Amino acid sequence: MTVTERRPGHDIPVAPGPRPARLRAGPLLAACAVLAGAALLAVLVGPVRLDPWAVLVELAGRLPGVDTSSGLSDQEAAILWQLRLPRVVLGGLVGAMLALAGAAYQGVFRNPLADPYLLGAAAGAGLGATLAIAYGPGTSGWPVDLLPLAAFAGAVAGVAAAYALGRSGPARTTTSLILSGVAVAAFLTAIQTYVQQRESETLREVYGWILGRLTTAGWREVVLIVPYALVSTAAILLHGRLIDVLAVGDDEASSLGVRAARVRLVVVAAATLATAAAVAVSGLIGFVGIIVPHTIRLLAGSSHRLLAPLSLVAGAAFLILADLAARTVIAPAELPIGVVTAIVGAPFFALVLRGARRVP
Amino acid sequence: MNGIELRGVSVALDGRPVLRDLTLHIPRGARLGLIGPNGSGKTTLLRAIAGLVPHTGELRVGDAAGGALSRRELARRIALVPQHPAVPAGIAVTDYVLLGRTPHIPYFGAESRRDLDIVASVLDHLDLGAFADRRLDSLSGGERQRAVLARALAQQAPVLLLDEPTTGLDVGHQQQVLELVDRLRDDLDLTVVGAMHDLTVAGQFADHLVLLDGGRVAAAGPAGTVLTEEVIARHYHASVRVLEDPAGGIVVVPVRTSQEKVAG
Repeated sequence: MTVTERRPGHDIPVAPGPRPARLRAGPLLAACAVLAGAALLAVLVGPVRLDPWAVLVELAGRLPGVDTSSGLSDQEAAILWQLRLPRVVLGGLVGAMLALAGAAYQGVFRNPLADPYLLGAAAGAGLGATLAIAYGPGTSGWPVDLLPLAAFAGAVAGVAAAYALGRSGPARTTTSLILSGVAVAAFLTAIQTYVQQRESETLREVYGWILGRLTTAGWREVVLIVPYALVSTAAILLHGRLIDVLAVGDDEASSLGVRAARVRLVVVAAATLATAAAVAVSGLIGFVGIIVPHTIRLLAGSSHRLLAPLSLVAGAAFLILADLAARTVIAPAELPIGVVTAIVGAPFFALVLRGARRVP
Repeated sequence: MNGIELRGVSVALDGRPVLRDLTLHIPRGARLGLIGPNGSGKTTLLRAIAGLVPHTGELRVGDAAGGALSRRELARRIALVPQHPAVPAGIAVTDYVLLGRTPHIPYFGAESRRDLDIVASVLDHLDLGAFADRRLDSLSGGERQRAVLARALAQQAPVLLLDEPTTGLDVGHQQQVLELVDRLRDDLDLTVVGAMHDLTVAGQFADHLVLLDGGRVAAAGPAGTVLTEEVIARHYHASVRVLEDPAGGIVVVPVRTSQEKVAG
């Protein structure tokens, strides 16, 4: 007798077999519905209230082959297309990238506390941004700002340095990688603080950037990060099953035929690209990369085949709502969005944890 | 598939030699017990066969040199049950056993109907059907060990390496797991190499024993020739009495040499 003989031929209908953790339509549709609701709400609410029906008609009018008149005035249409919508889309993209990168980092490092800034991305981006603010030439005539590019380059360089350092020693473990990330982050932060103190007139601007903000000028930032978002999303989603294999440890993953170090390198590279893109346009927004994946994990399970796509959608919805709060709570002034994600996110996370303990 | 052949295999970990010039032939369908004191190289030998540590010398798995096979090809030929398998938080038994299909699933692919059927039949085979949806971390030690074994069987590799498969199990569950391995070996025509801690159990469940000491083969042969009081005293630095079980087999019993002193 062989193992397969009990269930011969896969063309013969068999009793319902085991159901692996796979993405099913229900949870994904639910998450997308939440995202759509959050986006619509964020588009409607502001100093000028827009009519929901008119906005939907206006949006539908942009679809190919649809020709409608929404009844929005020119000014309202401009608010929708040039102010609200770019900001909502940017918030969604940034939230999606941070949550997805958080889920990926937690997976490949088998560390629930890993966040997108684990390996020096934040410190590198902070240094890049500070250097650009303090010493950068005026770029008002340039097609793109120097600041996001400097932050992006800094984030990528920070993670690359941590990776190089963590892989150089005799013990190539995930712990040595994380520790080298800590060392690189401390070093870069020290330089950043030094520059910031020397050029004290830049303090305010640097501080504002570090707390995170989603101010946009039309669609420029969205266009800037979309390519990176697409590439890293595709790479991480494609590796979902392999990230799950890494959960048994590098050694056992190896004995199952997976090159753990290579999978980790690819996933970390993709997650770093996503983080750098997000940081470049929004500064350092904390908590999203921890709260969103953990909430999804408690609700839907720990397989990255579910976790990665659901975190992507839920992260987008979460940051859109956080930004809505940031710009309405003390209107006409704005709260730094990082403050909102922490104030709203931490208690919410605690609630989810309590709920999960009751239903194991 | 013609078994496993090692010729002059040496392994050094952090510059320290762990296996020295090991030559060993493990024929197809063998039931080999690896014994030896702690640190004698049992685990390293299993890991070398599974391609998890670099070695020098010649190591052939079936008709191919071990080093010439890709990780995936090796994982289709050799399944390893580690001594302390990781238990990922929250994973369901089905998903855990499905991990064993990894070497058969394309890199970016998903498991097929056939993979799921194999998982289902392995679960049936090991009486784990009722646990399919349970969380692995909620199972008892014996049930969990069966789930780990199920994952290894789902690999459908002809060679099964077991690193002290009964660690932490009581005597009843030890016997159940080993009886199960025995039955599977017959059912599936497996070559089984197991590192064993308990000498009596090793003698009962292996046709052939290899005693490692200091990374070398110190003794090899049927249980009756390897498990002698003199050999065990020399390599384990232990005082034992080797008894003939009237029902067949050998019983190794530790004895105390200084009992009078303790009593006084």
